[in-house]
Amino acid sequence: MAKRVGMEVSLAIGEAAKLADVDVVAAYPITPQTHIVEHLAELVANGELKSAYIPVESEHSAMSACLGSAAVGARTFTATAGQGLELMHEVLYVAASMQLPMVMAVANRALSAPLSVWGDHSDVMAVRDTGWIQIFTENGQEVFDTVLCAFRIAEDPKVLLPVMVHLDGFHLSHMIEPILISEEDEVKRFLPPFKYPLALDPKKPVTMGAFAPPVIYSEARKAQEVHLAGTKEAIVKCWDEFASIFGRRYLPVETYRAEGAKTLLMTMGSFSETAMETIDKMRADGKDIGLVRLRLWRPFPTTELRQAVKDAETLVVFDRAISLGSQAGPVCSEVRSALYNLEKKPRVASVIGGLGGRDVTVAGFEEIINIGIKMAKKESQQEIEIFGVRE
Amino acid sequence: MTENYIAFGKRQVTKEEYFAPGHRACIGCAEALAVRLAAKALGPNTIIVAATGCMEIVASQMPWTSWRLPWIHTLFENTAAVASGIESGLRTLESKGKKPVEGINVVATAGDGGTSDIGLQALSGALERGHKFLYICWDNEAYMNTGIQRSSSTPYGASTTTAPAGKQSIGQMTWKKNLPAIVAAHNIPYVATACPSYPFDFMDKVVKGSKVDGPAYIHVFSVCPTGWRSAPEMSIELGRLAVQTGVFPLFEIENGKYKINVNTPKRKPVADYLKIQGRFRHLSEQEIKLIQDRVDKEYDALVERAEKDKAA
Ligand SMILES: Cc1ncc(C[n+]2csc(CCOP(=O)(O)OP(=O)(O)O)c2C)c(N)n1
Ligand code: SF4
Ligand SMILES: [Mg+2]
Repeated sequence: MAKRVGMEVSLAIGEAAKLADVDVVAAYPITPQTHIVEHLAELVANGELKSAYIPVESEHSAMSACLGSAAVGARTFTATAGQGLELMHEVLYVAASMQLPMVMAVANRALSAPLSVWGDHSDVMAVRDTGWIQIFTENGQEVFDTVLCAFRIAEDPKVLLPVMVHLDGFHLSHMIEPILISEEDEVKRFLPPFKYPLALDPKKPVTMGAFAPPVIYSEARKAQEVHLAGTKEAIVKCWDEFASIFGRRYLPVETYRAEGAKTLLMTMGSFSETAMETIDKMRADGKDIGLVRLRLWRPFPTTELRQAVKDAETLVVFDRAISLGSQAGPVCSEVRSALYNLEKKPRVASVIGGLGGRDVTVAGFEEIINIGIKMAKKESQQEIEIFGVRE
Repeated sequence: MTENYIAFGKRQVTKEEYFAPGHRACIGCAEALAVRLAAKALGPNTIIVAATGCMEIVASQMPWTSWRLPWIHTLFENTAAVASGIESGLRTLESKGKKPVEGINVVATAGDGGTSDIGLQALSGALERGHKFLYICWDNEAYMNTGIQRSSSTPYGASTTTAPAGKQSIGQMTWKKNLPAIVAAHNIPYVATACPSYPFDFMDKVVKGSKVDGPAYIHVFSVCPTGWRSAPEMSIELGRLAVQTGVFPLFEIENGKYKINVNTPKRKPVADYLKIQGRFRHLSEQEIKLIQDRVDKEYDALVERAEKDKAA
């Protein structure tokens, strides 16, 4: 039986990586990811985790070292946040395009300037198009479970891609929560050993990372896009099998009291838990309202999203990032574009908040919903609202 | 794989080509020759990590490859970091009994730009961490792949496309960055300079570097007729002249001890070397004198250091 332990979420990530028996960790510290990599270093130092730990000199090198270890078929893990994710930027594309499976936890953090170590989704959105599978999490248990699932998804012979597990910096990374830590034999049953079919091996020489002239680049890119979109099936299958072993079920898009609701709020990450309380309160007040939570960010779950919002009149999308100079929050833009061609669709409002660690309370989400409803009215000219800003 | 090419000569060199013919390097490219010789010296139990640059571009256009060794290219500035991951991955897989590694040579390679400029941080990190790998820098003294732009390894007085000679400029106004010394400052067990014009000396060094326990570094002087505006048939001769004038001395630093491998008691004047390259064509006698003085000073310091280490 799994044990329920009160544990900081960052440490639970280390425990998940330990249970996955990772071979290589290459990481560089940055707030709010530090406790993750410190815990991993400690596990290695104590001999509890038999892994190489490469204390690299930058995040660019962290991700580069991960390319190398994945390329020889070693199970590879890293973690970062904010500026660190940005410093990895060009390397991230390579990991995905060269189909090098690995798992990275990202303790989501705002981007400079001004410098902020606190949480939002600016870093996530900046790496949106890198070709990684990306999954949001809401609480400590989900983070632990998702790290285990991420290895299985990444290494699935039908997938072979890197996976990012997003958790909100501080709001989730630094919380102490009761977490069911799985037993080793259960994890072994769920997660088979990593067998990379294309490893660098002198016995079977391969060339990895050849360059593409114009006659072949488009074909390579299309193949990548078709492949990434097709991984949704394997992701859902992994979550099904996870549920059959561990009893906890995850879906690409999840809803909360959304059935038939006229107005829907949409959130990602840990703020969804606060939003659920708001929904309960507003429901108790007799409001016809529900919540949609986006779990799978890449590949984007278009079908599931359309299904979840099809009966609503208004959809308020809450973004924790700004797409500077655009007309909506980054997630909202994608949601709008996913719905645009449908005959029957809700009107969509973009509300941005929770930037740089600013909290949004239960009452705050009620305000956000009301602002969104007003914005979505036919006569409204307002496209975007940045919530809770002092004038 | 022999360890003593100099003593036993060319009969010891394998006829096997691991860097296959048919690649698209320019005629007379000594950098491609160096790659070929290094691959022969390393043998088949080797993984090559390549940086973006001439040697990557000439050998890997999809769907072809010139490589008969496992080879990976990812980016420009990160080969030392990628090699760190490969080495750590292999070591762990072996220690966990998941995969036998059997002394695979992990060899990171990059040009002078990928090494002394944009990749210096990754290189320094990997050296400091003590990974067991060999790093080879192909130094053709500029960013050739992108069209002969200056690097910090471009020599004083050379004309390049981003430091061109003109009415107000002699071209490169700074002195070549001393990368072997910077690498040696990391106290790694083996550092060497080499040149494919001295093929057996070079191949011996590659074998030595691949066997030491810890990081090893070889800085390879690689004549580039396209970028240096020199005659393709002069590439081997130019490499010899660089050594014989003292412009690029061949030496090793083993566990901190310097040793000169090709002694040149009577050095030729640097003008012999400079005058057959278009990149130095504009230099006046005065500037050539300046370069001569600098080469003399640095060469004397090297000899002094080597003699001191020999006596110690
Ligand atoms: C981050 C990044 N910056 C710039 C480039 C463009 N670039 C590719 S190769 C190269 C120069 C390579 O010079 P060097 O390392 O000396 O190798 P060479 O081609 O001379 O052998 C440059 C500037 C790049 N690919 N990536
Ligand atoms: S430009 Fe120079 S280094 Fe590059 S392939 Fe041609 S000769 Fe070789
Ligand atoms: Mg160069």
